[in-house]
Amino acid sequence: MATAFNDVFETQNNQPAEAEAVVVRFAGDSGDGMQLTGGQFTLSSALSGNDFATFPDFPAEIRAPQGTTFGVSAFQINFGSVDIETAGDEPDVLVAMNPAALRTNIQSLKKGGLAIIDTGEFGARNLAKAGYAVNPLTDDSLAQWQILAFDISAQTLAAVKPFGLGNKEALRCKNMWTLGLALWMFDRDRAPLIAWLQSKFSKNPVLAQANAAALNAGHAYGETAEIGGPLKQYHVDAAVAEPGYYRTVTGGESLALGLVAGAKLAGLEMFFGSYPITPASPILHNLARLKEFGVTTFQAEDEIAAICSAIGASYAGQLGVTSSSGPGIALKGEALGLAIITELPLVIVNSQRGGPSTGLPTKTEQSDLYQAVYGRNGDAPLIVLATRAPSDCFDVAIEACRLATQFMTPVMVLTDGYIANAAEPWRVPDRAEFHAFPVDFDAEPDADGRVLPYARDPQTLRRKWIKPGTPGMMHRIGGIEKAIDTGHINYEPANHQAMTDIRKAKIDGVANFIPPQAPEIGNSKGRLAVVGWGSTYGAIRKAVQRARAKGLDVSHIHIRHIWPLPANLGELLRGYDKVLVPEMNTGQLKTVLRDQYLIDARPLNKVSGHPFKIAEIEAAIDGMLG
Amino acid sequence: MNAMTPITRPDEWATDQEVRWCPGCGDYAILKAVQRTMPDLGTARENTVFVSGIGCSSRFPYYMETYGFHTIHGRAPAVATGIKLANPELDVWIVTGDGDGLSIGGNHMLHLLRRNLDVQLLLFNNEIYGLTKGQYSPTSRTGTRSPTTPFGSVERPLAPCAFAMGAGARFVARTIDTAQKNMPEVLKRAHAHKGTSFVEIFQNCIVYNADVFAAFTEKKNAADNQLWCVHGQPLLFAGGAKGLRLNHETVELEVVDIAVGDTTEVLIHDETNRVQAQFLIDMPFGPFPMALGVLYCDPATSFEVAVESQRNRVVGDKVADFNALLRKGQSWEIKAKELRAV
Ligand code: SF4
Repeated sequence: MATAFNDVFETQNNQPAEAEAVVVRFAGDSGDGMQLTGGQFTLSSALSGNDFATFPDFPAEIRAPQGTTFGVSAFQINFGSVDIETAGDEPDVLVAMNPAALRTNIQSLKKGGLAIIDTGEFGARNLAKAGYAVNPLTDDSLAQWQILAFDISAQTLAAVKPFGLGNKEALRCKNMWTLGLALWMFDRDRAPLIAWLQSKFSKNPVLAQANAAALNAGHAYGETAEIGGPLKQYHVDAAVAEPGYYRTVTGGESLALGLVAGAKLAGLEMFFGSYPITPASPILHNLARLKEFGVTTFQAEDEIAAICSAIGASYAGQLGVTSSSGPGIALKGEALGLAIITELPLVIVNSQRGGPSTGLPTKTEQSDLYQAVYGRNGDAPLIVLATRAPSDCFDVAIEACRLATQFMTPVMVLTDGYIANAAEPWRVPDRAEFHAFPVDFDAEPDADGRVLPYARDPQTLRRKWIKPGTPGMMHRIGGIEKAIDTGHINYEPANHQAMTDIRKAKIDGVANFIPPQAPEIGNSKGRLAVVGWGSTYGAIRKAVQRARAKGLDVSHIHIRHIWPLPANLGELLRGYDKVLVPEMNTGQLKTVLRDQYLIDARPLNKVSGHPFKIAEIEAAIDGMLG
Repeated sequence: MNAMTPITRPDEWATDQEVRWCPGCGDYAILKAVQRTMPDLGTARENTVFVSGIGCSSRFPYYMETYGFHTIHGRAPAVATGIKLANPELDVWIVTGDGDGLSIGGNHMLHLLRRNLDVQLLLFNNEIYGLTKGQYSPTSRTGTRSPTTPFGSVERPLAPCAFAMGAGARFVARTIDTAQKNMPEVLKRAHAHKGTSFVEIFQNCIVYNADVFAAFTEKKNAADNQLWCVHGQPLLFAGGAKGLRLNHETVELEVVDIAVGDTTEVLIHDETNRVQAQFLIDMPFGPFPMALGVLYCDPATSFEVAVESQRNRVVGDKVADFNALLRKGQSWEIKAKELRAV
C-alpha cells in the first residue's frame, strides 16, 4: 500500500529518494492514450521488479466528445517493493491531461500529493466543457495539493518538430512525453520502452522516432526541471519475489490461458462460443488466436446461440465454454437449464459489471451472485466459482474445467470487470506442475447390453458421456424430464422427484471434492472473520493485515467455491464472534451465508462502480470490534 | 456420396418409443418418409444426429434410432452449429417448425443459412402453433382465427423459402408430408448437398389447422396445382398441359397452355439460377401452381469446411507449445535477487 511516498526523506546529493510503494494515476481524454501510457508504465514497473496492481478506469463511450468529463479515461497503478494487493486507495501522483481529467480525479488525490497538469489544454473551451467557471489553476482551489502545471502539449510539439508530423499526429505523442517524465520520476530504464515503440511502429519508422523523441524529451524535462520545483525523483526497490519466470497478466488473458490449460488437462479440445460484450470480450479475443491449441472460437449471433453452440459442442465431445457479462448471462438462462438437465459439461464465464439491465458496462460490481446461484427456472443447481485477482483466473479456470468434466455439469465462473482489465505480475507455472484429469467417454453398453446414458458413478453421481459417432450407443437426450437411467422422456411424479433429488445431490456432493476452507490470514477462531469473494480480495487482505498490526483479532476468509460452499465453512464461521461480509453489491453472499448457516453475517456494501478502498474495510473492522 | 447398397433397413432407423403425435397428423408421414430414405443415404446410424427445438415437429428425434438432441425452443440451429463444428464427420439433421424455426428461432435460422453449415434442415410448416394449442404462427395467413386472434389475424405471413433465399441459403426445396414418392428424392438431394439444405415441408395439422394446404395437396387438386421442378426439365404441370414462361416485357412469370407437346416457350428449370428460383418461390398460389421439389441448389463452401481450412492454414506447422504460450509477451525471470528482462 502506498503510504510511504509522502514520508520519504529529502533528496540528498541528487540521489533519488526511496519509497516503498507509490500510487500513480494517469488521466486524460479518451483519445489521449492513457491506457497505453498506463500499460507501458506497468511493464516498466514489472521490469524493475516491483510488485504492482493496476486499475484501468475507462468510459463506456468509445469516443466520447473531446474534453468532456464523461470522456475521461484513467489508469491507476500501485507499485512497490512491498506486497501490493490493490491498485491503491488514493493516488500520490495524478497526471491530468486536461481540465475534465483534473476535475474528475483531483478529489481522489492524496492530500499533499502531486498533480502534473498540461496547461496546453486549459483553454476557455475545455474549461467550460469540464464545468469550470474559473480556471482552477488561477484560484486557490487546488491549495491542498502540490501543483506542477506547464504546457506539455507545447513541449511535445517542440520535441517532435523535426519529424514533420501534422499537428494532430504530433499531439498524439503527448502520452509518450508524459510516460518519459514518469519514467524519470521513478528512476526507470527507457530502453525497453524505446524497443517497444520500435516494434509497435515498425511499419512507420517516423512515428516510432517521433514517439521515442517525445519520450526522451519528457525524461529530459524531469532531469532539468527538477531543481526547486515540486518534481522529485524517487526510487522504488524491486520487491522480494519468489524466484521464477514472471509475466504480467490481465484477468482476461489469464482466464483464457486457464481454459486452454483446463481443456488440455481434461484431454479435450475446447469450443468457445461467445457474443461480444463489455467487459467479457477480451477472453474471446485472446482465445481466437490460439487455434493450434485445439481451440475453436465461434462468435455467435447472440448470447443464446453462444451458449447453445457450446452445449452442442459438449454434446459432441468437446469442452464447451461460453462467456459473457450479466445481461448476456440472463439471456443464457434457459440454455443453462438445458445443460443442467442433459448433464453436459459446460463452463460459463461471467465477467460481472454494474447492473441491472445495461447498468454500468465498464464499471465493476459483484452483483451477479444470486443470478449465478439461483437465477434459473426450476430447481436447477450448478457449480459456481469466483476469481479473486487477475492471476487467480488461471487456477479458477482450470478448476472449472475439472469440475465440469468430472461431474458432467455446467460450472459458472464469476469474475468481474476490474479483474478482467487489471494487470499484475504472475509467476508462470510449468506444464509439469499440473495434474491431468482425463475424461473417459463411454463406448460400451452395460453388462446387460443396455445403453443407459443416465447411469451414474456412485461416488460423484456423474452420468455417462457418450459421444455421437459411437457405434451401438445411440440415444436421445433433451430438455424434457428424463427417465432415471435411459434418459427417455418421463413425466412420472416419482421419476421427477428422483431426478430433482439426484441433480441436487450431485452438486451438493461436489463439496466433498473441493478443498476445505481455511482463513487467508488470522486464526481459525476469534472475534471477527471478514469473509469475501472475488475481487475484493486485495482490499480485504490489506485491511485485515492493518487491523491485525493494530492488535485486533480478525481473520480474512476468502471463498473461491461459491456453490456448493466448502463442506467445513459453516463450522469455521461459527468459530468467530462476528462475521463481516464486504461486497460490491447489496449483500448477496451475506444472504447466502445467513441462509446456509443461520449465522448473523453483517454486510458492508459498495456499488459505486469502483473497488473498495482498504480504508473503508478497515473502518468497518474497527466499527465491528470497537 | 456414391450410390451404394443400403447397409440398414428402414425399421432399423425407428426407435422403440411410442409415437405421440395426434392420430392423422402429417408428422407421421414425414417420419415414415425419412425412415424409408435413411438406408439409401449410406450413412451409419451412429454418425447421424437429429437435433430439434420445441414444438410438435421437434419430438422427431425421439423416434429416430440415431443420436438425438431435443433442445430448447428455437435454438436447434445453434446447438447443431456446435455439434457440427466439434465433429464435422457427423451427419446432422435439424427438425423444426414454423413457430420454432421462424418465430422464436428466426435469428438462428437466418445465421445458420448465412453461414451455410452443412446440415439438413426440415421445416415442418403447418401454419399454426400445435403444441401450445392452436395459436396463429408467423406463417398463418391473414385472417386466421385462433385463440389469440379470435377475430382473425391481421398480420402478414412470412414465406419460409423466400426467407431462406434472403438469408443466403444455397439449397431450397419444398415438399408435402403426403408426397411419399417425391419426398425421398428431395431428402436425398438435401443430404447430398454440402451446406445448409433448407427443406420446407407442408404438414397438415389435423387438429388446429386441418386441410390448410388442401387446395394443392388433395388428390383431386394435386395434378393441376403442383409443379414439381426438375433441373433441366421444362416447368410443366397439369399433366403437361400447362407450363410457366417468362414474359420478357413485364419480367413476370405467366402460365401458358401447351399446344400439343410444344414446350418451346416454357422455362427450363435451372436450379442454379437464383433469380428464377426466386420467381418460383414468389409466385402467388391460385393464379399459379405451387412450386415443389428442389427450387434452388447452388453449392458454396460450407461453414465447418471454411472453419477447418482456416484453422489448417493458420496453424500450419505451428507447434502447440503450452509453456511458450504461458511465457508470451513481456516476461522476466527472477533468479535469487537478480533481475533480467527477456
Ligand atoms: S397438434 Fe397438429 S401438428 Fe401437433 S401433433 Fe397434433 S396434429 Fe400434429
